[in-house]
Amino acid sequence: MSDPNRESEAESKARRGRNIALAVGLILFVILVFVVTIVRLGGNVVTKPL
Amino acid sequence: MSLVVFTALTGLVCADTPINPVLGAVAILCIAVGAGASGALNMWYDADIDAKMRRTRGRPVPAGRVQGADALALGIVLSLFSVMLMGMALNWLAAALLAFTIFFYAVIYTVWLKRSTAQNIVIGGLAGALPPVIGWAAATGTAPLNAWLLCAIIFMWTPPHFWALSLYTSEDYAKAGVPMMPVVRGAPSTRRQILVYALLFVPLCLAPAVTGLGGAAYFGVAAAGGAVFLLLAWRLFRSHAGEAQGQRTSDGLYDVRAGARDARNLFAFSILYLSLIFATLLGEHLLGAQPLHLLSR
Repeated sequence: MSDPNRESEAESKARRGRNIALAVGLILFVILVFVVTIVRLGGNVVTKPL
Repeated sequence: MSLVVFTALTGLVCADTPINPVLGAVAILCIAVGAGASGALNMWYDADIDAKMRRTRGRPVPAGRVQGADALALGIVLSLFSVMLMGMALNWLAAALLAFTIFFYAVIYTVWLKRSTAQNIVIGGLAGALPPVIGWAAATGTAPLNAWLLCAIIFMWTPPHFWALSLYTSEDYAKAGVPMMPVVRGAPSTRRQILVYALLFVPLCLAPAVTGLGGAAYFGVAAAGGAVFLLLAWRLFRSHAGEAQGQRTSDGLYDVRAGARDARNLFAFSILYLSLIFATLLGEHLLGAQPLHLLSR
């Protein structure tokens, strides 16, 4: 007998698609925050006296 | 969505404050994502009525392509990320305005107003009118009178725009139980109110030429287009649009029977007119055209 709680192949595929989309979204967000940080800091870090 | 991005970009450029192009792009991205988040929350909450209307039944949730819970989760996560990024990358005034806009659309309009009052799109229109203020605030950290003037123009544009549409889609709204103006007050009252809003809206569109926001090109476009807008609103007022059943000939928004043409014409022109005046403002500020300051001459 098949387990009723077990995901069908279509459900499993859809879940995998969502997870990949989420991972790509998070990576893009991290890159975006990094770029924004560099832009906002500008040359201030380099020119700051030690 | 495209109107939100376009008007936000106009607000950002009209501020005439130098902004790093990367940060400007991030501001527009945050506003676009915030608008998408509002849309997801709206589609989650309104799935029951969306399924009953021709214009909305193909949306992902009523069509069964996306689960309601997934739309809700996506809406909340995107809202939080867009507001947070706007605050960190630009400033917290722009972030607060973005958060307020999302809250106003998803909660005040969608949950509260839409199903309870015929003034739903009048008050709810504020959510669609705020993007230029957010754009302006993102560039400057302030929200001066001229930014709110852009907001007021979109706010006053919303009732004639949506009511013209609802005059020939009222069967759908009635079926879904949404108290749009033609359903609640009838077509003649709606046509009269459209004319009143048009009479208030067109002079407001000329105001940027007085406050130092718009130049000669803007004044010309706003005045000529405004005259056409008023003419179409007058024709609609004199017509019987909204009084016959089955005014549409297909699911498309522009395919209507003869009796509804005046409503369709105003609906279509309202989109063109708003796009034209914002595009002219955008062009003038990008090209550095001189504003008119009509009153101070």
